[in-house]
Amino acid sequence: MFYRETGQFKTTYQADQAVFPILQDRLGIAIILALAFVGVPLMASSFLISSFFIPILVFSLAAIGLNLLTGYTGLLSLGTGAFMGVGAYGCYKLATWFPGVNILILILASGFVSAAVGVVFGLPSLRIKGFYLAVATLAAQFFLSWCFVRIPWLVNYNISGAIEVPTRTLFDVPITGPNATPTMRYLVVLSLVVMMTWFASNLVHGRIGRMWMAVRDMDLAAELIGIKLYRTKLLSFAVSSFYCGVAGAMMVFLWFGSAEADTFNINQSFFILFMVIIGGLGSLVGSFFGAIFISGTPIMLKTVPQLFGLSIPAATVEHLTFMILGALIIVFLIVEPNGLARLWQIGKQKLRVWPFPY
Amino acid sequence: MDMLYKIFLDPFVQMGSAPDLLVQTLWEGLVGGVLYALIALGFVLIFKASGVFNFAQGIMVVFAALTLVGLHAMLRHWGVSSGTIAAYLALALTVAVMFGLAFAIERVVLRPLVNQPDIILFMATFGMTYFLIGLGELVFGGEPKLMITDDLHLPRGAIDVKMLGGFVSFQKVDIAAAVIASIMVAVLALFFQKTRIGRALRAVADSHKAALSVGISLEQIWVVVWFAAGIVALVTGIMWGARSNVSFALEIVALKALPVLILGGFTSIPGAIVGGVIIGVGEKLGEFYWGPLIGSGIESWLAYVIALLFLLFRPQGLFGERIIERI
Repeated sequence: MFYRETGQFKTTYQADQAVFPILQDRLGIAIILALAFVGVPLMASSFLISSFFIPILVFSLAAIGLNLLTGYTGLLSLGTGAFMGVGAYGCYKLATWFPGVNILILILASGFVSAAVGVVFGLPSLRIKGFYLAVATLAAQFFLSWCFVRIPWLVNYNISGAIEVPTRTLFDVPITGPNATPTMRYLVVLSLVVMMTWFASNLVHGRIGRMWMAVRDMDLAAELIGIKLYRTKLLSFAVSSFYCGVAGAMMVFLWFGSAEADTFNINQSFFILFMVIIGGLGSLVGSFFGAIFISGTPIMLKTVPQLFGLSIPAATVEHLTFMILGALIIVFLIVEPNGLARLWQIGKQKLRVWPFPY
Repeated sequence: MDMLYKIFLDPFVQMGSAPDLLVQTLWEGLVGGVLYALIALGFVLIFKASGVFNFAQGIMVVFAALTLVGLHAMLRHWGVSSGTIAAYLALALTVAVMFGLAFAIERVVLRPLVNQPDIILFMATFGMTYFLIGLGELVFGGEPKLMITDDLHLPRGAIDVKMLGGFVSFQKVDIAAAVIASIMVAVLALFFQKTRIGRALRAVADSHKAALSVGISLEQIWVVVWFAAGIVALVTGIMWGARSNVSFALEIVALKALPVLILGGFTSIPGAIVGGVIIGVGEKLGEFYWGPLIGSGIESWLAYVIALLFLLFRPQGLFGERIIERI
């Protein structure tokens, strides 16, 4: 009824190819952004912001990073957690070396550190494909995890072996470290995520994104039409690791405040992969859905029994969370293997033709 | 120069000067490798028959061992006085549980997901992994448990053999593990070659469509294969539990089966065994002789790097089928 594109004429190719070609979509995204930038900081409690909104945004960015690699280029990776770790440790070292430089620049710069490491571990992808590559990226995961534990230089020879985030300011307001308010940190995270999502969206809608998708659909055919495989795959590894690295740096600097090597273990990689698959391979909006679903479900499972006044032992809740999460993953794959993004599309299509069936 | 000497010469000098230590290290690596190979074996069975990259195989090992120990404790609690009887009763019940698991997986997970892309099935086994971890911990508790070695009459202690100017000690459990693993591989080979179901399994592995057209029931075969993988998991779980203890920490160790697989090739049973031994021996030697050079603990990633190096030269693994791509 209200979701129709009737009467919205496109007179240029640019307008027709826009990311949000329909007016209602543009309005919708504007409302969501307004809510995120103004509504959430005003209304949500600081607990909700720091334990729900910030994690979701950080994980979304990591999921976008993995989605660029796995969903758009078709290279399965199980090393996301390690690349996030490279970003976090890189940012920590940069913050030590350049205490005067703005922390936002350092967070983005640590993405480049991660990208460089990602390219090195992406080199085998030129020869190895499919699940074999997934196991090769496991090598990256375990090797880098080992480095985080065994190389004390990475944490400035800190006895505890953990990163402790120094206080840094933006316009004289602290945004990292113990003095930063959750709202401030949330706004910084949100701005970075929105900016990088916008960049990723332009990337996948342009020439580079088409090259990636061509490689995903059939790499031999892509090579035959003149796409240079090694450049495309390595670029995908670099951009993906860049996103993961920035997500990792944000995770430590703007969310946790301190981190140990164990934060970036293999389970982290698996969780990001869940988000990408449940959200939808090859869909940016799906990465957000996946992050909300995977990081939101455990929180919900923890709070819902309390609402009904049931007191279940913490250990039992944790076991049940595992079981329910596992079962939900299977159910989702059976109901809609293309992920939440596909459900979203179906919903929009239904709304478009409503009240008629087609 | 000094570094080069330490990397390329010194370890071999050490090996030569203390051959008994070398034999001991090789033996440790061999036994570890056999256990990796057993996990990989269950994986290959499933991959061949249903094309599913079964991430849950490692968890099935833990789950089987946990079920066995947990049931044993329950039986003792309910008044079965003899430990041995309880152990073998629990063993039989665990086999039944693994059959139920295979049946349930086929019904609930595989059948609705037929014809989906590989990565979707792979993710489904992830879901299974989480489900099994939660279920196992919920029913039997999450704390590490001791394997019921005595009640199952597994041998204990060690044999010290005097050789090469020193002593080499072989744990009896390790010897038993190696022997049982060999027997199991032989039985599986016989089963595949000589029985009706085994022939059907090989047909399904070759081509699903052709197998269907000659009247082989895919559903039935899948249950059989997942059950067989469950039995392999149970045996692996007992052996591994006897070496350390039974807990979900084994999960990380079970991931080591993945480099074994890519080394041997996803579809080859001999590959799984050879790969397991190469990885097991390689990582023990690396840890013992080269590990101190760059700080210990390199065992955690050495296996993956060894596999990666092999892959760069043979992308399909040592025994995998040649990858032919057409447009």
